[in-house]
Parts: sequence; structure tokens; C-alpha cells
Amino acid sequence: MRRNPGLVVGAAMVALVVVIAVISAFWTPYNPTEVSPNRLLPPSANHLMGTDGFGQDIFSRVLVGARSCLLVGVVAVGIGALLGVPLGITAAVKRHSWFGTLIMRATDIVYAFPALLLAIILAAARGSGSTLTAMTAIGIASVPAFARVSRGAALQVLSQDYIVAARSAGITSGGIAVRHVLPNIAPVVLVQVSVSFGLAILAEASLSYLGLGTPPTTPTWGRMIYESQPYLYSDLNLALWPGLFIAIAVLGFNLLGDGLRELVDPTLQDLDR
Amino acid sequence: MIMMSDELLRIEELSVRFAGSSRNALEKISLQIGRGERVGLIGESGSGKSLTALTIMGLLADNAKCRGSIRWQGRELLGLRDAEYSRLRGEEISMVFQEPMTALDPTMRTGRQVAEVLRLHERAPVGKARPRVLEMLADVGITDPQRVADSFPHQLSGGQRQRVLIAMALINTPDLLICDEPTTALDVTVQARVLELLRSGLDRAGSALLFISHDLAVVSQMVDRIAVIYQGRIVEAGTRSQVLENPHHPYTAGLIATADLANVAPGARLPVLDDFWKRAADGQR
Repeated sequence: MRRNPGLVVGAAMVALVVVIAVISAFWTPYNPTEVSPNRLLPPSANHLMGTDGFGQDIFSRVLVGARSCLLVGVVAVGIGALLGVPLGITAAVKRHSWFGTLIMRATDIVYAFPALLLAIILAAARGSGSTLTAMTAIGIASVPAFARVSRGAALQVLSQDYIVAARSAGITSGGIAVRHVLPNIAPVVLVQVSVSFGLAILAEASLSYLGLGTPPTTPTWGRMIYESQPYLYSDLNLALWPGLFIAIAVLGFNLLGDGLRELVDPTLQDLDR
Repeated sequence: MIMMSDELLRIEELSVRFAGSSRNALEKISLQIGRGERVGLIGESGSGKSLTALTIMGLLADNAKCRGSIRWQGRELLGLRDAEYSRLRGEEISMVFQEPMTALDPTMRTGRQVAEVLRLHERAPVGKARPRVLEMLADVGITDPQRVADSFPHQLSGGQRQRVLIAMALINTPDLLICDEPTTALDVTVQARVLELLRSGLDRAGSALLFISHDLAVVSQMVDRIAVIYQGRIVEAGTRSQVLENPHHPYTAGLIATADLANVAPGARLPVLDDFWKRAADGQR
């Protein structure tokens, strides 16, 4: 742990985002969607981060934005992991059959398909941009990463003696996949969860920036940057704060992922001892 | 074909070849094991001992092609679907592996791993499995079965893990137990104890045994009949005394002489396999 500062810093940054998300559920200094005549105020004691073009308190909006940022991460990564991990394990178990190949080629196709384009198509199909559409699109786009990572890890686990021993005890391939492969690849999947979480937050910010993400009534960091565009030259303040928090969240999850990877990787672990 | 009622396993002319290889890894192996019989399979590394075991268990990789026949209680096993095979494995035929350090799942408590095998075949509910698992662990000489059952594999010693694996293999009282060098990874004192436990476990379960090893001393303690495998072929087979006292094949003679270090005069060169093998090869050619 001492030699893994990335893990500590990353965890602290993620914790900060989680804490402000929790705080925002109970308390914000102002109603984050309340429009007031106090437009474009600089940071002050009354408005810690100033106000935006509609007179809304930026600090309150940043706090609330943490909530949707985490929600997007959880749902998108959840979709990615719940679909990708079983697909990857199945592909590993069925590696010698056409079915395993089919799974991996199908995920390759999804992998090659740009996530933004997918979100635009989904948004078009559903009529308008909504948080759910964005989350689904980001989730689907992260399925291949989960499938590949878990297939690779599962292949390694499947070649272990205890898998042969489990098979010799009569445990079926389904039982082996659920009870023996899944727990053994969990650390690797956890690393991917952390990395994908950062990517999902960034993707949601991009989608919101393009107006494809959350509706205007829900403040998100990406949307706040989008709305700050007319004032970029006069009031940088509007884009600075949400941008800073996007950076904190994405960097935090990536550092956490890298730190976890170092913790999980047996070769690096041996060096530590 | 009329089967003798006491015949369990009949391997006939079994050949195994891996894709991309020009020669057979196993060449026309034939071997019979009767009910309750204990048979040893001796050979050096790479001779095909473990491959024979894996073939019987139906655990070969997909790139291996098998020819010949493996009959289990009159039923052909080659070409059996994996789902049907897995019903046989652990229930009628079970196996103990060489390397106790890696043959247990590191993420699962040992008690659960033993219970998993029991429940799978007996459909015992969770609560009922535990007493049986503890009893089985005690049977294989584990003094504190409660603690061992609640431990993860890395918390146990090699000898304890091998006992757990033997408990797993015997808990469903299989008709045949295949042991693939079960004591090779253990030190000598633990080895003797584990062999003793294995013997008493087999007595209790009434199981037949296929004992695979390169160690003549260990094999001769465990079995009634011996088959010697060399380069994928069975070169000699017979009762223990036939093979050990009157070996026909020079490879067997060499194996026995090299194992018998007590009779080498002090200061004399130790015998090696080639002494016998070359002499015989010169005579034959």
C-alpha cells in the first residue's frame, strides 16, 4: 500500500466525488435549478463558485452533478459488466467451439463501433436525449472491454489444476464457470470496473456536451460545460468548475484502477515482498 | 459381448494422438481393472501415465484424438457426451492429482469444495452435507476437521491439502480411484502417512485403484498388479511379484535395479537405466 500512492490518491479523489454526491442528496446551498436575476456572479461568500447565465448557483449544481455522474457510472458499468463478464467467461469455456468465436467476433464489431455514434443512434431511435439512453449507449459500448478482459482472465484460470480437479469431480462446465472461474477473475474484473467507470463519466460528459445526455432539468457536469459555451471568453468560471470535477472523477477512477491492477498483478506483488 | 461381472474397466487398443503431432502419445494401450482391484501404472516422465488417467476421465483437450475402446462396466466411454461423462466423474470414477498446492480452488473454503462434490452427486441439502464432510475429513486423518473445513487452501499445509483432495475423491465412494502421483509433492514422512490413509480409505469404500507413479517403492506398497508404460506403450504387465521379481522387459529391469540402491556396493557406481536399456538394445538389434 505504501508503494502504491496512485491507489491512495485515486481512492481519495473517488471518495471526494462520492462524499459530495451524498451531501447533495440532503443539502445544497441553493436550489440548483432555481433561476435568479443574479446572473454571472464571480465566486463570493454567498456563491462559492459564482452563478451561471441563468443565475443558478454553480456550487449547488456541481454538488448535484456528482450524483448523476455516479449514477451514469454505476448503470453504464453495470450494463457493461453484467453483459460482458458472462459473455467473456462463456467464450473462454467454449473456446474450442464456433460459439466462443462468434461471441468474441460479435464483441469486436461492437468494439469497432464508435460509442458516440451508438448514443446518437439510440437517442434518435428513442426520440430525444435522456439520461437512460446515454447510460445504455455507454454501457453497451463498454461490453467488449469487459468481455475481452474476463475472457483472457478466464482462459488463464481454466488452465489451472483446480479446474481440472473440479472437472474430475464431476462439476459441470456451468458450475465451474460460476463457482470457480468467476470468483477467481473477480479482481481483474474489478480493475476493469474502475477504469470503465472513469471512461463512462467522460463519455456521459461528452454526450451531455453534445446535448444528447441528460435533459436540461438535471444538472450534470457535461451539460454545465455545454451551457457555459456562450460565456467562455467572458466568464471562464462557468466551465472551470464542472471541468475540474470531471477531471477529478475521471483521474480518480483511473488512478484507482491502476492501483488495483498493481495490487492484483501477481508479478508486481512479488516485487513488493 | 459378455462381461465378467467383476470387471470394472477394460481399455483395449487405446491410442491417443494430438493434432499436429506425427506420432501417437499413447500407442494401443490395453489394461483391465477388476472390482476392488489395485493396479499400478509405472513409467518415467512423459511416458503417457497421466495421459492415460486423463483419457479415462474424459478430460483430454479437444485437440486429442482417441482410437480404441474404454469400457466402464460394459459401457463405452470414448465419444460420451461431456454432460454424461460429468455424471460419472466424482461419482463412479474419481481422481487425486499430483500437486496438492494447486488442485484446490484458492477462493473457496475447503469444506465447501468437498461439500460441492458431495451435493452434486447426492443432492444433499447444505445443512446435511457439513456433518458428512467433517466426518470424511476426520477419516482421512485430519485432526481438526472444523478448522480445516473453514480454511482457505493457502492456510493449509501440503499434506493437509492432499488429505482434503483424497477426502473429496472418496466422499462419494467411487468404484475406481485414480491417483496420479499423489505423494510426489509431499515429503517422505508425510508421504507414508498419506499412503496409509489412502489404503484405509480404499478399504472402507471398497474402491478399485489405478495408482500412477514413477516410484517403484511407493507403487509396490499399494497395488496387486503392475503395468509398465514406456514411450506410450505398455511394455510389461503382471502381478506385483511377477513384474518386480522377474522382469522381462529391459526397461523394467533397469527401473528395478536403479530403485534398489541398498544392494549397491559402497563406492561402486550407481546403476542407471541406460546400463540395462543399451545392453538389451544391443542384444535385440
